[in-house]
Amino acid sequence: MKQTKTFYFVPYSIWLLLFVVAPLILILYQSFFDIQGNFTFANYATYFQSGTYLTMTFNSIFYAFLITLFTLLISYPTAYLLVRTKHKQLWLLLIILPTWINLLLKAYAFIGIFSMNGTVNDFLSFTGIGRQQILFTDMSFLLVASYIEIPFMILPIYNALEEMNPSYLKASNDLGANSWETFRRVIFPLSLNGVKSGVQAVFIPSLSLFMLTRLIGGNRVITLGTAIEQHFLVTENWGMGSTIGVILIIAMFLMMLVTGEKKKKGAVHKK
Amino acid sequence: MPENPIITFKNVKKQYEEDIVLKNINLKLERGKFYTLLGPSGCGKTTILNLIAGFTEVTEGTVTINGEKVNDVPPNKRTVNTVFQDYALFPHMNVFENIAFGLRIKKMDAKTIEEKVASVLKMMRLSGYENRAISEMSGGQRQRVAIARALDNEPDVLLLDEPLSALDLKLRTDMQYELRELQQRLGITFVFVTHDQEEALAMSDEIFVMKDGKIVQSGTPVDIYDEPINRYVADFIGESNIVEATMIQDYEISFVGRTFECVDAGIAANERVEVVIRPEDLVLTTPEKGKLTVKVDTQLFRGVHYEIIGYDNEGNEWMVHSTKKATVGEMVGLFFNPEDIHVMRIGETEKEFDARLESYEEE
Repeated sequence: MKQTKTFYFVPYSIWLLLFVVAPLILILYQSFFDIQGNFTFANYATYFQSGTYLTMTFNSIFYAFLITLFTLLISYPTAYLLVRTKHKQLWLLLIILPTWINLLLKAYAFIGIFSMNGTVNDFLSFTGIGRQQILFTDMSFLLVASYIEIPFMILPIYNALEEMNPSYLKASNDLGANSWETFRRVIFPLSLNGVKSGVQAVFIPSLSLFMLTRLIGGNRVITLGTAIEQHFLVTENWGMGSTIGVILIIAMFLMMLVTGEKKKKGAVHKK
Repeated sequence: MPENPIITFKNVKKQYEEDIVLKNINLKLERGKFYTLLGPSGCGKTTILNLIAGFTEVTEGTVTINGEKVNDVPPNKRTVNTVFQDYALFPHMNVFENIAFGLRIKKMDAKTIEEKVASVLKMMRLSGYENRAISEMSGGQRQRVAIARALDNEPDVLLLDEPLSALDLKLRTDMQYELRELQQRLGITFVFVTHDQEEALAMSDEIFVMKDGKIVQSGTPVDIYDEPINRYVADFIGESNIVEATMIQDYEISFVGRTFECVDAGIAANERVEVVIRPEDLVLTTPEKGKLTVKVDTQLFRGVHYEIIGYDNEGNEWMVHSTKKATVGEMVGLFFNPEDIHVMRIGETEKEFDARLESYEEE
């Protein structure tokens, strides 16, 4: 019995080893070499001494924070309403649907919508406000990034709310709480696990967004993701790129530690 | 009738779309009594509870609590509290916070809350469990936390929605005693919903037997057990032998081809009726001494008694609870007293039934 169980685990272990553990070790290894291939700690020294990199890090975290915040502010009420709607499965499907479309395609679609001759500007010019620079602004970057991340926030929150025993709400009401108090004292605390999963699912990928920063943000927002891409593909300084990669990985672990659950029980994961 | 009922239902009707759940319910509940709504699932008993708690609204009719119409009063403004079937204890709070929930909503100061929670914990024999997580409590303990949480709001009425159904037999029996004792000590009204007739008989001052959204019979456990109004109630409350019979005259009835003395009157001669005899009222004896003779078909040992099933020569089934053993296949006599024969008229309403009983009991 036990042997069969171990046997089933083999494919996943191989996968894990090849595509998770090995790349992590490679990145760590790479980060100790300079552009000439000599062993060095200089990459880390450069990173921590350079104002550019630290600003970039701060920018990444700040934008990821803003994206997460916007997504959360939109997703929580949506999930809350969704649980109470008829035909919720259909609505949920409509929310998930955009995630099936390639990220790049969505980004290009937004370029079409936001550009100088795009739909939004056509409308603005028609109403007499005049064409505005929308594309390549911080706002457009935040908007598109939030748009793309919203389903990943809605799903875990929706699941947490959906799984909540309705008798908790009755009990709270029965014990004298009105709807607001019930939300504050029962619904929200019990959906926190979903919120945490959602925050993880949104914040961590947002840290290393780089395609959107260029296509929508017009490289005005330079995040660590952009820096890594540049180092690997343009300057070919793999060591420096790996160093930033290591920093990002550490940041992700920190994030998971902060939002992680104290107990293993009652975890709500997105499907 | 009581002067000052705590809860009344006047012509209450409840309908979910096409589904009529309650048909014209009239109820008066007095202060400080233990009431039980008894019936199979889907009979509307939980709906009555939900109407008292305020989780659902009547389609027609009036519900009053303490003399005030509460049709539109939300649950959080009613002086009733509920013990839910699944307890509905908040998993993100420990025992103390669960019990303090209602008090915190009322914005009581920390010291009062602490005192009240401590005293209710003591009452439910849960002192020392304040900081336990709900997941660390056993079923019986959770049950008591749920009761404590409801009670420390000092409700006028405590509603219990099948709270014992999730417990094992031993614990369930213990909790029956505990609930009854608690109710008598606190003197508040309990409304208990169950489908378990034993629970109902053991704890209640008054039982409402329900069927298909109607109250079929109400009365003390003894009344309902001894004088079931119809076959449904007789069957639902305990085991029973029911046979068709004909009334000969007052105090005389005929069934299984013989005439017996009975204690019922006020029924027209030759009326077709039904007779209930409880299995424990039938005494095994020799065929000569018995009022009835049956052939023993099966015998089960139930611990406290043997459950014997036999058939008379007309093919009627008779169940006997006896501490004495019988032999399968043998003919035995069954003896019973006139007062063991309970006569039920077919289609008699509760009102008519009560009036008839009163008419000859007063003599």
